[in-house]
Amino acid sequence: MTTMDIHAAKAIGAGLAMTGLIGAGLGLGILFGNYLQAAIRNPAAAAGERTYLFIGMALAESMGLFAFVLGLLIYFV
Amino acid sequence: MAVMNPMEQFLVEKVVPLPPISTPGLGSLDLSITNSVLFMMLAAGLIVGFLLFAAKREVLPGRMQATAEFLYTFVDGTLTGGIIGDRGRPFLPFVFSLFLFIAMINFLGMIPLGFTATSQLAVTVTLAVMTFVIVLIIGLARNGLGFFKLFWPTGMNVFMAAFLCIMELISFLIRPATLALRLFGNMLGGHIVMFVFASFIIALGVFGMHGGLASLGFIGAGLSFALVIGLFVLELVVAGLQAFVFAALTCIYLNEVVNLDHGH
Repeated sequence: MTTMDIHAAKAIGAGLAMTGLIGAGLGLGILFGNYLQAAIRNPAAAAGERTYLFIGMALAESMGLFAFVLGLLIYFV
Repeated sequence: MAVMNPMEQFLVEKVVPLPPISTPGLGSLDLSITNSVLFMMLAAGLIVGFLLFAAKREVLPGRMQATAEFLYTFVDGTLTGGIIGDRGRPFLPFVFSLFLFIAMINFLGMIPLGFTATSQLAVTVTLAVMTFVIVLIIGLARNGLGFFKLFWPTGMNVFMAAFLCIMELISFLIRPATLALRLFGNMLGGHIVMFVFASFIIALGVFGMHGGLASLGFIGAGLSFALVIGLFVLELVVAGLQAFVFAALTCIYLNEVVNLDHGH
């Protein structure tokens, strides 16, 4: 077994950390899909819930961004 | 192929170097004007200048006044009025300036050769901690010790409530981190992606100049050029949306402490 280069290990680790963004993608898809479904069924109520759509988007996205920031930290620090 | 560092655009550089100032409690401080500070000043100056210019108090608003009034009614109706309710009116100036400041910094960063101050963790952490401290102070001032009811769920047995109380406390304390990292991550990520695709244009264009089969590189360069335009539009949306999200989350946090005993 050879010792792994630290840069190679960092690149692999950063790449693995980015897999956290899968969850953010899934979450955003579910969020906007369900919002559209509800909005088409009841268009009158859609405008009132748009604020909560974007807040939900921010919350779903934040977990993915943690993974992204972690990846950057692993790679550059 | 030209190798460019996508992180280079976030480098903080001194524009106006000033000598370090020694303060009694903090040691010597370097208060030089960096590009980050310069763009924050520019954003604040633009907002103040625009609002001073636009607020003419005319009965029939012109274009500028209509824009300013739209921004005002948007923040009042959707954010403070829509989320906090009537009691949110005192927080309108804070939320309004927070929203405009972040939006303006983000939009200034979209200009080529511009610097995105919100891609600096120090800037976003400052904004987030300021929001957190304000929420904490208002919560304690309005509700006194009743503020801690925020963490205690009702309608369940003591052990479950105690467990959930710890969870609520953790999620409350992690708020400044999530608030700061969301804005930081979005801006940093968006600009890195744009940079990477923009560097593909040059790299593939240079590669295509070798002639022969390599001239297929021109197709790749054209594709990435189209993609950069698309990404730019997306980033413009994100720039406005992240400012909105920051202001909206501030309103939600304020709503929890302002309407603690009213269940708005």
